[in-house]
Amino acid sequence: MTSEMLLQLFERGEASWLGQFIRMSLWLFPVIETVHLLGLCMLGGAVLLVDLRLFGLGLRSQPLAVVARGAQPWLYLGVGIMLTTGFLLAISEAVKCFHNPSFWVKMITLPFALLFTFAVRQRLSINRPSMGPWRRGLLATVSLALWFTVAMAGRWIGYSS
Amino acid sequence: MTVKAALEWLAQTPWSIALHESQYMWPFTESLHVLTLTLFVGSAIMLDLRLLGVGFRTVPVTEFTSRLLPWTRRGFAVMVTTGAMLFYATPVGYYQSIFFRIKVILLIAAGINVFVFHTRTQRSVSAWDLDATPPRAARVAAVVSLVAWAGVVISGRLIAYNWFSCDIQPQSDFINWAAGCVLGPPK
Repeated sequence: MTSEMLLQLFERGEASWLGQFIRMSLWLFPVIETVHLLGLCMLGGAVLLVDLRLFGLGLRSQPLAVVARGAQPWLYLGVGIMLTTGFLLAISEAVKCFHNPSFWVKMITLPFALLFTFAVRQRLSINRPSMGPWRRGLLATVSLALWFTVAMAGRWIGYSS
Repeated sequence: MTVKAALEWLAQTPWSIALHESQYMWPFTESLHVLTLTLFVGSAIMLDLRLLGVGFRTVPVTEFTSRLLPWTRRGFAVMVTTGAMLFYATPVGYYQSIFFRIKVILLIAAGINVFVFHTRTQRSVSAWDLDATPPRAARVAAVVSLVAWAGVVISGRLIAYNWFSCDIQPQSDFINWAAGCVLGPPK
């Protein structure tokens, strides 16, 4: 897919009924934005809880698998809120997003953060809790680095336009 | 000297102007303020889910209050520091923002809830530390906490919108009163 085709896709998204509906409202964008931020709190809290435990911090009297399994539903809920509201925010100003470097940093890092969190970090924490401190530390560091980039780039979309 | 006059003086101090007009310092401060929400509000949410009995039901409540709460406090320290810097950059603007005023009221409400939980509800924690569903008082504290902090986040985010700004008149009498707008003589 060329960037020309991608731009057309974004233009069609913005011109869509949904994109225009959010765009035309004075209140809708800010309201969706605040829900996006509340989703950040939930997702971030669940991510950090497990990362802290991997470092031997936070809920450290509890087995790693218990903390990771306990965080799982809230990770899903947080991701669900973030993806839904994020899609709505992006479609309402899709062309602006297309020309925004921070948006692309976020879109490229986000799949890696999701994949790493669920397919690697959560899976190993629940199924292979016997791994040593170095491997645990590595998991937490990669997780923090990926999510920090996603969140920072996300906030920066608003500044770099 | 009125509060507004004091804040107008504060806004004239060199560091306030520097922060207000900086290209990167202000956005970085605000980004840190927003990202630290994950540590501060995020960890508070995790405790609240445990108190509600909807999450981490096998983990003792005291594990959360003794081991996770220090991280909530660290997050709070960063929130207050960066929040104070942002306020210092635009003191009059925040003082006369209706959303900032709502945020302060909700912060006080959230603070009272924390105080009541720690001085009353939590005193009997040894009796229900391992309960999958903690007693009603603890669940009420969790709901109040979730609502109050969500309100703080929402009103905080909306400060950026100038719908009710004193600079954009006419506003309704109620808004002008609630935001503390000082109206000049009609032009």
